[in-house]
This record gives sequence, C-alpha cells and structure tokens, in this order.
Amino acid sequence: MEPLLKLNQLKTIFSTEKGMVTAVDDVSFEVYAGEMVGLVGESGCGKSVTSESILQLLNEKTTNYEGEILYKGMNLLSLSEEQMREIRGNEISMIFQDPMSSLNPVYTIGNQIAEAIMIHQKVGKKEANLRAIEMLRLTGIPSPEKRVHEYPHELSGGMRQRVMIALALSCKPQLLIADEPTTALDVTIQSQILELIQELREELDMGVILITHDLGVVAEVCTRVIVMYLGQIIEEADVKTLFKSPLHPYTKGLLKSIPHLDGDRTQKLNVIKGVVPSLQDVPSGCRFAPRCDFATEQCRENPPELLELVNGQKVRCWNYEHILREAKDHAVTTSENK
Amino acid sequence: MQSLLQKTNDERPLLEVKGLKKHFPITSALGKVQGYVQAVNNVEFTLNKRETLGLVGESGCGKSTTGRTILRLIEPTSGQALYKGKDLFQLKQKDFQKMRSKLQMVFQDPHSSINPKQRIGRAIEEPMKIHKLYDSKERSERAMELLNKVGLRGDQYYRYPHEFSGGQRQRIGIARALALNPEILICDEPVSALDVSIQSQVINLMEELQEQFNLSYIFIAHDLSVVRHISDQIGVMYLGELVEKAPTDELFSHPLHPYTKALLSSIPVANPEFKREKIVLKGDIPSPLNPPAGCKFHTRCPYAIKRCKNEEPVFKEVAKNHSVACHLID
Repeated sequence: MEPLLKLNQLKTIFSTEKGMVTAVDDVSFEVYAGEMVGLVGESGCGKSVTSESILQLLNEKTTNYEGEILYKGMNLLSLSEEQMREIRGNEISMIFQDPMSSLNPVYTIGNQIAEAIMIHQKVGKKEANLRAIEMLRLTGIPSPEKRVHEYPHELSGGMRQRVMIALALSCKPQLLIADEPTTALDVTIQSQILELIQELREELDMGVILITHDLGVVAEVCTRVIVMYLGQIIEEADVKTLFKSPLHPYTKGLLKSIPHLDGDRTQKLNVIKGVVPSLQDVPSGCRFAPRCDFATEQCRENPPELLELVNGQKVRCWNYEHILREAKDHAVTTSENK
Repeated sequence: MQSLLQKTNDERPLLEVKGLKKHFPITSALGKVQGYVQAVNNVEFTLNKRETLGLVGESGCGKSTTGRTILRLIEPTSGQALYKGKDLFQLKQKDFQKMRSKLQMVFQDPHSSINPKQRIGRAIEEPMKIHKLYDSKERSERAMELLNKVGLRGDQYYRYPHEFSGGQRQRIGIARALALNPEILICDEPVSALDVSIQSQVINLMEELQEQFNLSYIFIAHDLSVVRHISDQIGVMYLGELVEKAPTDELFSHPLHPYTKALLSSIPVANPEFKREKIVLKGDIPSPLNPPAGCKFHTRCPYAIKRCKNEEPVFKEVAKNHSVACHLID
C-alpha cells in the first residue's frame, strides 16, 4: 500500500539572531490512510514544528526546509504557494491546541466553516451553509441550525474544539493533523473529543497524526507511536510494542516517570535526571547521552543512527541490544527468585 | 495532666474547614447586584499533620477558589476554617497576617508568580523580611540553605528568574513558600505546567520535603494520576460543591458518586492493552451563574431520577471517612 504521507529526511532550519537552529533534524516517517499515528515528546522536541512543516505554516523568510514531504507521491516542498493553498484545509487539515485563538472572534462559526467549504469545494453560499450545519451535527453539537449563528465567545471550550474539528473536516480531508487537540480541555470533555476523532477517522478513512505529550492519550487511541527528542525521532513502534517493550532509555524513562493508576503509591517516581538542553547547544554525540544512565564513551562522541529492527520497531541508540539483554537477564533472575 | 492536654492537642486536626462558601456578586454597570456566582458552596474537610488532601475537579469547579479562600486571598462569604482550633476567618487582618507564616501557597505558573526583576535569593528572603524574621545576613544564609533543600545550588542566589527552566522556577516557588517554616502548603496545580520528566522530579521533591518538615499539603490539581500518587485523601468537586471525599485507595477502588465514576473512567491509561468500560458524560458543565436545581450533577448524570431534579442531596458519611452527596446512595 502506498503511504498517504511520507516524510523523507526532513530538516527544518530556523535562522535566528543567535544563528541557525535545526528544530527538526532528519525526520522520516510514513502515515497510511485510516491509521492514527502519535507523535510524542516534551516541549521543544520538534513535534509541533514537524507538523507545521508539513503544511508549511512557518514564517518562510526565516525557515528553510530540506528533504522531502511526499503527499500521495507529490513533494509538497516543491509546490508553489498557490498550489499549497489548494491542499491546506482541503486535503490536509489541522486542529490546533487552543480553539479560542484559532477561531476568528468577529465571524459567526457558520460563516467560518462555510468560507472554507466555498473556497475549496466551489459551491454556492446556500449549499455551503447547509454543509456547515451538517458538519456541526456530525461533531455532536446540539441544535446546529441555531449554533451556526453564534460567535466563538458564546461557546464553551469543548464546543469550540468541536467547531475546530468541524472546520478541519469540512472538506473531508484525507490527512488530519491534530496538535494537542485536548490539552486545554477537561478530562470528561477530552474523552468525548477523542472518541469523536476516532469515529470520524473510521468513517472518512482519514490518516491522523496526533501530536501530544500525554502518553495516556496515545495508548488509548493511536495505532503507531513516534517518540521525538530534541528534533530527532528516537523511537518508533506500534503502540503495543512501545508500551510493552520500549527500547530507548528516554522512552523507558518517560513511561516510568508518569504516575500510573495501578502503580504502587509508596514508591518514588522515576526521574530522568537533568533538563532538555537548548537546541542551540545540541550534544555532539547521542543527544540524550548527558541524561542517560547507560551512556558510554561512544554515546558521547558519535551520534547514533535510527536503526530498524526485524519487528519494524525503530530505535536510535548505540546500546539498545545491551540494555535489552540486561532487562531480559533481570526478568529471568527475578522469576527464578520467585 | 500535661500529657493529657498534649494528647487532645494532637488528636485535633490541624485544619478543619466547615461550611465554606464563596459567592461572587455579579453587578451591573452601575453597581447593582444582579445575582451571585456560587463558586464554592458548603465545602468541608479536615487536614491532619503530615497529610495530603487532594482536591480534584474540572475547570470552574471551585477547587482553586477553595484553596485561596482558606488563605483569605479571597475573603469567604461564610464558613469556618479552624487552624489548631482557631477560626482564621474571624481573625483581624493584623492577627491573621501573623498566622500566615504557617499557611503558604505554591502557584501553578512559575513564570508569573516570581518577580522577573528580582534576584531569586531576594524573592525567597521577602517573606522573612515581611515577617521581620532574622537579620539580613541570617536571611541570605537561610535563602541559600533553602535553595539547597529544593535541589538548586546556593550560588544561584544572585540569578534572575529568566535564567531558570520551568521546573527550576517551581522549585524556587517552593523554597519561597518554605521560608517561614509553614505547616500547611496549599499547592494550586503545582506541576501542571511542567513536562512529564520534570513533573516527577518536582513531585518527588514535594514528598521529600513533606517528610523532612512535617508538612501538610492541600494539593489542587486536575490530573488524577498525579493526585492519586501524592494524596492520602481526595475530595472531588463539581460546580462548587464537594460531591465525594474518601481515602485515596478507597476512592479509586470504590467510587460512589456517578461523577467520580465518570471522572475516573475518563483518565487516559498509559497501557494500550488495558480495556475498560468508559462512562462518557454527555454535555458540558453548566454555568455556575445559573446552576441546575436539585443535585447539580443531574443534567449530566446517567442515573438521575426524579428526586435528583428537585431535592439537593446532603453530603454525608456513608462508610468510615467516606462521604458522598448523592440520592442514589443511602
């Protein structure tokens, strides 16, 4: 099967006052139709910049792209701005974190959705308005024929996020990029919205890239997960493998440092020592080496490649085999002790 | 006799909050009162020494207002907050200021709660200055000591807030709260703004400090997995009211209130093979300006009966230390 989207060694370089900063470094991954891929990492890891690069939403004067972004085999980076506009919101759409600042406060929500439909689908105003109501109904907004006449400030946070989703899906995109779509929402509303995105993904057979820092959300809705650290992919696997047998020390550390609902409350939480370094002084060897418990001389000097294993899992670590063996030995000895 | 007196003192809870209410008036442009937002309504709980009470709920449920009212950062409408038997709300402002050294606050956003133009050492010294404790040399020594206690270095005393990361700034906020040797820390979403790997560092620090200084925490947060990890007992709030309160393990194993059940079932679990029945609530939280009559949760409750619409349920103890406000549990 052809992938819907294929990133090929994408680099996004910002020129700043302090010099060139590579926010996304050599990122390659694929997204297929109908699957939900999670892109996770802490702030500054490049997950949002990656998604904004796909749609080229970054300031073009200060941003340079290298590599390829292939959408259905066509390189988006070689398209003109006009051609790109045909794709944005039509074939590839995006949901942003904060619905209040991404909706226009002076237009009614119906107006905003109808505008997108009129631009991309070449239909009249009447037809567009009807479709806008239909989209709002699809996202579970009660009495949509009344709601289309309301302004964003008249809606609650959860409702606004539904409007954002209706807007993003109004042209039936094939690829949806959701950047922290539920971070600003309460948990009970979060589960409503995640359920909605799942349903729509199935119904429209969309590919979805879900960007989040919440590993719980990833575990619940994604089929495949990509973990990023300081602009690079450090691990990629299907969701079950990643949570069951993570290979990279960073992924392991992250999973251990969140309090689990069935965890032992008397145990201290695991800590990843230190802080994420700034992109301006990226460590010369493996980028995680200064914070890694397993780091060796080799890690500090040579940057590791992203390796693909037989089961399709990818990892960027010099010592993953050694770490894996040690974990297995540990498991064997503990079970013997039992 | 002496020992007997001592004993009654120890048995009394450190902080006892009874019938706490905060109603904010809504005024027209000319100042006429048009109604009230019932931000906090009849909240009650007790907090013992070295104990952590978690307050959870969704935005607008009144958990932050509860915390702030106890410290009288917002003056309460009515109710009592008994600290060692003394009602904080009855104290004159001057007497209350003296008490304030025992109750301190840690805020959510470490970027906006520290003065950006002040060296962090000075920020930590400020509470001591206000309370006229120690001379200036002792104050700086103590500030450096506190920096060490929260995992920073004493020589960072002269740095400015912008030189620190979010996690480090939260440590500074904690150091400042500890400057007056408090007994109670009210922590309003102390780790919500931090990244996952930094979050666990701060939670561990807070647990260590609790042990070291015999602190009691009121830990306000919306992240239930974090609250479960740190709290001894948890209060669940909805639209200004406490709907359920129980010891942590009890609450997670036997939640009684339908809202608590829904809340617990919507926490995303970081285990893809974990399957469970999810209770997805319909609709949004009603506005506290115009809350529903009867049980405030009845508009979203999957089990609501007729009685819920008319009659307000009473918050009562149904098992040891386990209280709930629901008609269906009797």
